[in-house]
Amino acid sequence: MSYAQHEHHDFLGASAQALADPTLQQALTRLTDTLLAGNRRGYAALADSSELRDHAKRIKEHSLAHLDQYLEQLEASVLKFGGKVHWAATAEDARRIVVEIAKKANCKHAVKSKSMTSEEIHLNPALEQAGIEVTETDFGEFIIQVAGERPSHLVAPAVHHTRESIARVLSKHLGEQLADDPKSLAMVGRRVLREKFRQADMGITGANFAVAETGTIVLVTNEGNGRLTTTCPRVHVAIMGIEKVIPRFIDLPVFLKLLARGATGQTLSVYTTLITGPRQPGELDGAEEFHLVLLDNGRSKVLATPFRESLQCIRCGACLNACPVYRRIGGHAYGGVYSGPIGSILTPLYDSVAANPHLPHASSLCGACQAACPVKINIPHMLIGLRELQHYHKPSRWERWAYGLWSMVLCRPWAYRWALWAARLLLRRNAQNGWLSQMPGPGAEWTKVRDFPAPAAKSFRERWKELES
Amino acid sequence: MHVSLMITCLGDAFFPDVGVATVKLLRRLGVSVDFPQAQTCCGQPHFNSGYHDDARDLARHAITAFAKSPLVVTPSGSCAAMVKLEYPELFHGDPTWHDRAVDLAKRTHELSDFLVNVLKVEDVGARFDGKATYHMACHLRGLGLVDEPLRLIQKVRGLQLVPLERYDECCGFGGSFAVRYPQISGAMVTDKAAFIEKTAVDAVIATDAGCLMNIGGCLNRKGSKVRILHLAELLAQT
Repeated sequence: MSYAQHEHHDFLGASAQALADPTLQQALTRLTDTLLAGNRRGYAALADSSELRDHAKRIKEHSLAHLDQYLEQLEASVLKFGGKVHWAATAEDARRIVVEIAKKANCKHAVKSKSMTSEEIHLNPALEQAGIEVTETDFGEFIIQVAGERPSHLVAPAVHHTRESIARVLSKHLGEQLADDPKSLAMVGRRVLREKFRQADMGITGANFAVAETGTIVLVTNEGNGRLTTTCPRVHVAIMGIEKVIPRFIDLPVFLKLLARGATGQTLSVYTTLITGPRQPGELDGAEEFHLVLLDNGRSKVLATPFRESLQCIRCGACLNACPVYRRIGGHAYGGVYSGPIGSILTPLYDSVAANPHLPHASSLCGACQAACPVKINIPHMLIGLRELQHYHKPSRWERWAYGLWSMVLCRPWAYRWALWAARLLLRRNAQNGWLSQMPGPGAEWTKVRDFPAPAAKSFRERWKELES
Repeated sequence: MHVSLMITCLGDAFFPDVGVATVKLLRRLGVSVDFPQAQTCCGQPHFNSGYHDDARDLARHAITAFAKSPLVVTPSGSCAAMVKLEYPELFHGDPTWHDRAVDLAKRTHELSDFLVNVLKVEDVGARFDGKATYHMACHLRGLGLVDEPLRLIQKVRGLQLVPLERYDECCGFGGSFAVRYPQISGAMVTDKAAFIEKTAVDAVIATDAGCLMNIGGCLNRKGSKVRILHLAELLAQT
């Protein structure tokens, strides 16, 4: 299985379905309203938040400009404390590496803390195929694992579920009738997951940040499952995209100040776990073996393009919450592992520009994403850049022709005046009170849901003569 | 002070009253206005759709059309953003046109930006008897003009400003987006129109023709009594 399995994803069908689902609409509005309000409150409460975000961006720019150097430094630091480092060029490499680690250490039960990178490489089916039981321990991830679904939000993977549907899914899974109030559902999760933690011999996590200077892996969670995943089992495997490295320990607080604020508005997430290598002599907890898998999977290819800025993403989900399109179609409509505005960039880049024709266009370019982003990624610009790139990969001849003709007209004021006259002649006939309820050509899509203004009887340039005198 | 008016293609064809209001308002404030006849469209549709060579042709055309203007004022955040933020980017690596693009970018101002930050006026002597609400156009966010229109609106005599829920959420226009994804865009503008209806105002104020044609089209389809009003039209009334 590869990232490209969503190649023929029906974006239009999936988004139409999402728009017609009132339960999903309600869940999306509730979550994104809460998180977006948190994001704004979080930044507002921080003195100089804009400057801090600029600073974070500069650290990321610097890290990416010297990525080779910092990755080697990270490797050396991890080795120094007795950890092992594995380089995975592709998703397939990464899956093979993790399965081999499990086999070598004779692991049978793996617990996972939430990791989008592991979703990206489709790790769970590979482990299961090798006879290893995998349990997601983030409660949202656990729900969708049981339901056999994909995450629909970067930080709230089960946002598309209601408490009723969660109770239904878990009742079926556990073979008992569960009440649908949040507290008892959480207690059920705790009961089931505690047992899994107790059994587990392998813990798999992602990494929010990795410090090159010290070899420290940083995990940010709200449920504490990350800490249990990294301390109970005897083997810990952390999988991270190569872009997650930051140079120095002193850079870390800059990001910790921004990540939770950007994501939820929290000052700091409930748990921030720092892990430097396996358990050292004299230490009371920690895994016996520590493995760090460094995943490329298309990232180094992006590094050399104008889309490098997308590698600055710290996966907080703020752009999803702010996006008026995500807020209405939800994460599954996007088809890729990463959804929302940043997903519309990452999926075409990591997978294929040609095979994802809708994603770069499915944005009104309103810029709410950039305003919410902790590192101010210029998402609209990159979406436009991908649109340009699409014309090389999958050109539409008639569209190219139409835009070409349009620009030829616009570059010639006489032709523009003539076009204004023609549009007026064509459109004003059917207008009522200055509005058209039906339009020809591509305009028909517009008038499906709203009226279109008829051109004015006299254009401004015609009226200018009266104004001059 | 003397300025050139950039009417924008949508303004020229669909909302000429906005242009007339802009001219009247500026003249009332002692600013003389000219209208370079060669101007057509800033090229944003082509730029946003990824046809950057076409966008460059149109940018060159606009830069030439406004070459002699000491200052350019446009009643559109969207077109101002195209000129100020994207023109210099488009000519990255072309020293001649890049310099000319940067020069035009510096001389160009969205109307509320010009009034508040260049002319330094907030009370323009306008009057509106009734209730109104304000929708923030997305490109004002990009230009950093978050307060300017509101500062002007708050000084209008007789106007009772009613806050709009999610006032800064996109209305769903987005140029080609509205045509490519009518269902998503339609859901966005339907929500916007519903929030506006909830305020029970006489008019909804915005700064961009794109927002006004989208929101107005939806309100008209629903048979709403709320009318659309460009900031320039509001401020021109006395």
